[in-house]
Amino acid sequence: MIPEIGHFALIIGFSLSLILATVPAWGAWRRNSRAMALAPGLAVGMLVFVSISFICLCVAFLQDDFSVKVVASNSNSLLPPIYKFSAVWGNHEGSLLLWGLILSFWTAAVALFSSQLPLLMLSRVLSVMGGIAVGFLSFMLLTSNPFARLLPGTPADGNDLNPLLQDPGLIIHPPLLYMGYVGFSVAFAFAIAALLGGRLDASWARWSRPWTNVAWAFLTLGIMLGSWWAYYELGWGGWWFWDPVENASFMPWLAGTALIHSLAATEKRGLFKSWTVLLAIFAFSLSLLGTFLVRSGVLTSVHAFATDPARGLFILIFLAFVVGGSLTLYALRAPAVSSRVSFEWVSRESLILCNNVVFLVATLTVLFGTLFPLIMDALGAGKYSVGPPYFNAVFVPLMALLVPFMGLGPVSRWKRDSTRRWQSELAIPTVVALLCGLTLPLLNAQYNVWVALAVALSAWLLLGLLRDLWYRVRGAASVAAGLRRITPSYWGMFVAHLGFAACVTGVVATSQYNIEHDLKMSPGDTEVIAGYEFHFVELVPARGPNFVADEARFEVTRDGEMVAQLAPQKRRYLASGQVMTEAAIDDGLFRDLFVAMGEPIGQDGAWAMRLHYKPMVRWMWLGAIMMALGAFTTVLDKRYRRVRSAVSAPAGEALHGA
Amino acid sequence: MHPVRKQRLILVLFVVLFSSAAIGLVTYALRGNINLFFPPAEVAQGKAPVGQPIRVGGMVLDGSVNRSDDSLRIMFELTDYEAVVPVVYEGILPDLFGEGQGAVASGVLNEQGVLIASEVLAKHDENYMPPEVAAALEQSGFDHKGKAK
Repeated sequence: MIPEIGHFALIIGFSLSLILATVPAWGAWRRNSRAMALAPGLAVGMLVFVSISFICLCVAFLQDDFSVKVVASNSNSLLPPIYKFSAVWGNHEGSLLLWGLILSFWTAAVALFSSQLPLLMLSRVLSVMGGIAVGFLSFMLLTSNPFARLLPGTPADGNDLNPLLQDPGLIIHPPLLYMGYVGFSVAFAFAIAALLGGRLDASWARWSRPWTNVAWAFLTLGIMLGSWWAYYELGWGGWWFWDPVENASFMPWLAGTALIHSLAATEKRGLFKSWTVLLAIFAFSLSLLGTFLVRSGVLTSVHAFATDPARGLFILIFLAFVVGGSLTLYALRAPAVSSRVSFEWVSRESLILCNNVVFLVATLTVLFGTLFPLIMDALGAGKYSVGPPYFNAVFVPLMALLVPFMGLGPVSRWKRDSTRRWQSELAIPTVVALLCGLTLPLLNAQYNVWVALAVALSAWLLLGLLRDLWYRVRGAASVAAGLRRITPSYWGMFVAHLGFAACVTGVVATSQYNIEHDLKMSPGDTEVIAGYEFHFVELVPARGPNFVADEARFEVTRDGEMVAQLAPQKRRYLASGQVMTEAAIDDGLFRDLFVAMGEPIGQDGAWAMRLHYKPMVRWMWLGAIMMALGAFTTVLDKRYRRVRSAVSAPAGEALHGA
Repeated sequence: MHPVRKQRLILVLFVVLFSSAAIGLVTYALRGNINLFFPPAEVAQGKAPVGQPIRVGGMVLDGSVNRSDDSLRIMFELTDYEAVVPVVYEGILPDLFGEGQGAVASGVLNEQGVLIASEVLAKHDENYMPPEVAAALEQSGFDHKGKAK
């Protein structure tokens, strides 16, 4: 009964999205305010019914209703309840329902928190989002119904959730990632609404910006969690594989990063208007492309649940419709919204432009590397794969190019600055940063020129930001008063840029100083890595709620002192018989120690073991968390909560901050 | 020249220069870092290049997995039931690697026709076959158990 209620609620949600996509849009066209005023109510209604549908699916999973097909193939009565819950989105149908739920959540959020938006604009934005919902909900109802039953022939027990997905990180990774992915639909809807209305000014950017920042922050957190999960769960100690599915989430992030910076210029200076609109279209199209790549089964990975050509075709047509439609609209309307504001070459605008070019080129190179094998395969030219070396070779120089602009950006002025001022502002930070780069890597056993470069660039960013902060604070009566005067959007920029510096340092240090030993070890053996003695004490059997395991007990000592006790496992899951490696990690701010079990070798209890020493690997994820925090902070800025009267303020109004 | 036009000109030049640098970087990076997939039958016919990175995929032949007792060296054979390619790998294999299962090995073919693998990928869950392996078996006309279709 409950699955049928869920299915029915989904159909109602779909009908509401259909009305939302058409009636308010018609109202906006005919200036019929009664039709336009329907939009917020419809958006909330859609959220209510899609939520009911989602709750019904959760109930089916939690009650082990194996007559529902997705439950039977992705859950098991032995599965711990929390994983039964996360199994809801650990499959194709359920993850699409989550997509739909989050889309209706964003739509309702726009409806509820946009009281300062003119009704005309609001109805257009909500209509566009309704149109996207039509696409996804009909996709679900037509090709991937989560509530399909197995009647008759209900199995006694389910197939179990893929053990790789039975992990705390995976409970929140998909919702966060989808919050980001789908959140870009808001920026997209604002862009389309602006093109439809032919009016694009600073107030438009001010409406669109908080939504975009929040979506970007969620996407950052989602990607970071995915990377962290891969690190401890896949058992190889890697944290980024340039896997096509990772790229699918990374491309919208790159385009989104360009977008949030270009939006800043649009809001502050009324610049790059049509460019910003194009980036918004681009970011959301890449989100859709990511969904297509992951959901259509053209790629192979843990994430690719479905391999049904009908599904792939549906998403492809939807993608072509959205991208083609929005680009056509852009081509017709962009001249009407382009800006006529000028700026000098030495200014913050041109640095933001550099940021945009770098991020866009990075997006395109990742896109190219991701699609290349698919294109070659479609042309019948052979089955190629593009490996991490390609991505590293193009991506690393691009990011290195970015940091100098990043150091200059926050300290430079809008419209017009001078190189002389840059010199005086940044002379001391430059010298100190160079010194840091020369000396800090000496703390490690061997000197590495890449680490030196990364440290110098990060220190330059940090010191430039601190000096700028000092200039902003020192005019005030006291330091506390000065700090209070600084706007949340400046703090957001500050924290996010520091996060980027931390991330760069972490990535480079861990890639360069990482030590990996794969070797055969018997109980009693000891291996020394970077001064840490890994002592393999014993091998014991272990048992979990739905698996049995071999557990290796390790003691790690350094200079005779106990550092950590590690117990990696090799698990065999009872329901599926699948074998999985559970790594053991001793984490620290400056180094991680990582042990994972390979397979037994010979007859005397020896195992293949994987021992890693990973310096500063946490910095990468901490940096990502800081970036996300920074983006969340900017939303607190007072100017985003102004009442309607301030909306028509002229472009380029000089507000302090980022 | 009008300042707005001049600005536009510089912008265009900048974009052109930067994107051509990027394209150069991409082609350079692509040259050494892509590898092509070969089914065992094509390797046996000598169609796969020697000394260049390639990938070979098929089923791991029953009884072919041979582990060294004192190191992580392992030898096995990949087959599409038409031909067999011997593979040597040193390291830890993925959890789902096993005899009679699909696997893809990437590495370099030596003069003796042995693939020196630097990476071995297996399927990631029970009901899944690497698509390249599925296509290779499709070509050879056998199913994954070695029975003719």
